[in-house]
Amino acid sequence: MTNQLCSLTLAQTLNKLQKKEIQMSEIVQSVLDSIKKQDSTIHAFLTQNEGLLGDVKAREKLPLAGLPIAVKDNICTKGLRTTASSLVLDKFLPQYTATIVEKVCQAGATIIGKTNLDAWAHGSSTETSQYGRTLNPRNTGHLPGGSSGGSAAAVAADMSIVAIGTETAGSIRQPAAWCGVVGLKPTYGRVSRYGVIAMASSTDSPGPIAKTVQDAAMMLNYLAGQDLHDPTTSPQAVPDFTQSLGKSIKGLKVGLLYQDIEGMEIVKSHIDTAAKVLTELGAKVEPTQALSPQYAISVYTIVQRGEVSSNLARYDGIRFGNDRTFFGDEAKRRIMLGTYTLSKGYADKYYLTAQKARTLFIQDYQKLFEKYDCLISATSPSFAKKIGVTENAAMFGELEDMLLEPSSITGLPGISVPCYKDPQTNLFIGLNIIAPMWREDRVIQIADAFEKATDWNTWKETK
Amino acid sequence: MTPNYKLICGMEIHAELKTQSKMFCGCKNDPFHAPTSNSYTCPTCLGMPGALPVANKQAIEWTVKLGLALGCKINLFSKFDRKHYFYPDLPKGYQISQYDLPFCYDGQIETSEGLVRIRRIHLEEDTGKLLHKTVDGKKVSLIDFNRSSVPLIEIVTEPDITSAAQATEYSKKLRQILQYLDIANCDMEQGGMRLEANVSLQKPDQTELPNYKIELKNINSFRFLEQAVEYEISRQTTALDAGEDLHQETRGWNSTKNQSFVQRSKETAEDYRYFPDPDLPPIRFSEEQIEAIRVELPELQETIIKRWQDKYRLEPRFGHQLAKSHKLAEITDQLFSVAFTGGTDINKLASAIDNKKIVYDLESDVDKVITDFTTLHATETVNTADLDTIIQTVIKTNPDILTKFKQGQQQVMGFFMGQIMHQLKVKADPQQVHDALNKALENC
Repeated sequence: MTNQLCSLTLAQTLNKLQKKEIQMSEIVQSVLDSIKKQDSTIHAFLTQNEGLLGDVKAREKLPLAGLPIAVKDNICTKGLRTTASSLVLDKFLPQYTATIVEKVCQAGATIIGKTNLDAWAHGSSTETSQYGRTLNPRNTGHLPGGSSGGSAAAVAADMSIVAIGTETAGSIRQPAAWCGVVGLKPTYGRVSRYGVIAMASSTDSPGPIAKTVQDAAMMLNYLAGQDLHDPTTSPQAVPDFTQSLGKSIKGLKVGLLYQDIEGMEIVKSHIDTAAKVLTELGAKVEPTQALSPQYAISVYTIVQRGEVSSNLARYDGIRFGNDRTFFGDEAKRRIMLGTYTLSKGYADKYYLTAQKARTLFIQDYQKLFEKYDCLISATSPSFAKKIGVTENAAMFGELEDMLLEPSSITGLPGISVPCYKDPQTNLFIGLNIIAPMWREDRVIQIADAFEKATDWNTWKETK
Repeated sequence: MTPNYKLICGMEIHAELKTQSKMFCGCKNDPFHAPTSNSYTCPTCLGMPGALPVANKQAIEWTVKLGLALGCKINLFSKFDRKHYFYPDLPKGYQISQYDLPFCYDGQIETSEGLVRIRRIHLEEDTGKLLHKTVDGKKVSLIDFNRSSVPLIEIVTEPDITSAAQATEYSKKLRQILQYLDIANCDMEQGGMRLEANVSLQKPDQTELPNYKIELKNINSFRFLEQAVEYEISRQTTALDAGEDLHQETRGWNSTKNQSFVQRSKETAEDYRYFPDPDLPPIRFSEEQIEAIRVELPELQETIIKRWQDKYRLEPRFGHQLAKSHKLAEITDQLFSVAFTGGTDINKLASAIDNKKIVYDLESDVDKVITDFTTLHATETVNTADLDTIIQTVIKTNPDILTKFKQGQQQVMGFFMGQIMHQLKVKADPQQVHDALNKALENC
């Protein structure tokens, strides 16, 4: 990472702007230079916003003063190509803008470009993107994770001050962990889905991918809140999430999950170390048991494939230019499986049974949260994997996101913060922190305390 | 029909609700008056990527209102489901409908041939409309989404209907109720109300329901419904008499040939892959909310007409027209009350309205209507001698007509009346003229 303006955090940027030490146009130029220099290799962006400079100028006087942000390409932006990384939507220019983009733009942000993802957000690698994979800026022999891999890579490579991603089960937190950045998945219903190309409607949650916990909290302030266009958003009051920064975590009860299950060998010791850090900060950390995430994979796979098969039905070739033959293999697999699980005679056996099992997970967490203020685990059981690893691995995403699927199907808020960097490979491990519904403030509080107490965040030295 | 076969028939009727906005978006709900194709559309009713539905509260309340008017039970917990099928006029690839938890169930409508039980009433969205046209010499299919996502209710009966006439009577009654509650226009020609009859025949010794069902679809008039059901009865009778096995199929009605025809046979069951729509939270009603809707239910059309008949001796033929909607019924009720107190003949008043001699609609003022009616019937007394002179002149100048009258052709009276009234040049009381003419003719 460089020490140029593009490597400033959101908080630093706004601070310097306020003091008139810099101008937003300089930041924008620095970000554009960074993209020009790196993105031919990294391939985080699918489309760049040609009207960027004009947009910046028009928004100078607003709170975010023209701040350039990267937006995942499954989020509709009026007049700016939106593909969901699928050739089916190769030429799709939305006629409207998603609520969350509208909100941040009204606050003064500008869209620098649209970022790569697994096609239709189906995957955890960006390798299913029909526009080619994104590479991990920390080590270009490795994957950035996904599906919000483009957004995470853009932030990690200082090609955007901050980014918006979407998570259905791990799609914000896992790429954030693999790219060594912060990813916050809000409570389901906290952030509007209107204008987000639907993947699994009952779990889709848009959220920020940022350089620091503070930046993520600041962004969530702009993204959160009820939207009259999305009846699944909650009228729940939205607190100022930055109020949770810098608060002591003394006395908080923390449950440590999944350390003893199969496949945790690589990350286990680093998560133990992270738990020790929290203990030193005054939290009471103890190992605890939850329903096996193996079951969450089944539940999630059935529910999600069913909803996918329904949500993709509208791309029937009548509109949008390209017909169904343009779907990639992964989308086709999911449509077929989902169609099967929803079909007559099987819906009871699969879809409805999965929904019942989902309730069991909700109850399991309710019980755990009677005892603990939050729960922690590894975000992913591995470091960023090597490019090409997803070939012939249809369930790659589900296995990678195993540790996150329980909190996704239950709609809980979670955050991933860097908690280890391998000195040889330059690759990261993320710590996943989850809390009860609507308690993003708590995950921010703990993540911020952890970030401040450790040196894993690569933007710390530039402060 | 061999008298031994018994008709087993149930109805499925769709009606578009006349809410201001569409079922799941804010677009105007007025497809028939839209200035151009696709003018009342937005990302949601166009099924654009990322767009989400928001349920129309009014449409839900109206569905419950209809349910209560038909004596239905109301599901306090209900939800919307996705019903999947591919058709170009269905932009999302699924229709938002209700599967296992409709808003209303277990109601009834009384007909002269017995009770017809309502199985369920559910709420869903309408589709767009396909137009097959020739543009620049090329045959093309176009889609108009003005109708896409217009609220549509479906009322399903039990198979209680036992004659074609009863099927029609039931359907007409349902339309009256929908119009009376002022929740649907039910314009049949424009597809605002669509009739579907499920018809099968039960054999003489059979107690269980037949194992097949013929769905008569897309019928857009009551007359065609009756014809189609009658036709099916005879067609199926012939088939069964010949020992044929009948199978599930969908048939349409060709009103030119007066025949039903196969549209789709259902060898394999359709699979709509229903599942709860995750975009729409379930709907929960409290008992109080249902009661609040019940309290607002107007006096039912049949009750109010019965009351007019009892109190004012209103002839049955005038009732429905004057109680078309409950708003109109309220005005009429007030009108009758005032007119009756003032000594006006209610049937004459109703007749004048029925013959459109007086302007009468939802905007009408009761006092103005009575004044109009009085003016209409104000007559000038005609001098008897003048009247007789004119009568004699008319009879004499039309000897051929007189001959016809003498041959017993009573209808020529009308001709004489017209001529006389015309020559009088004043507004005479027709009864006075009629009596004088009668007298004159007797003496001829």
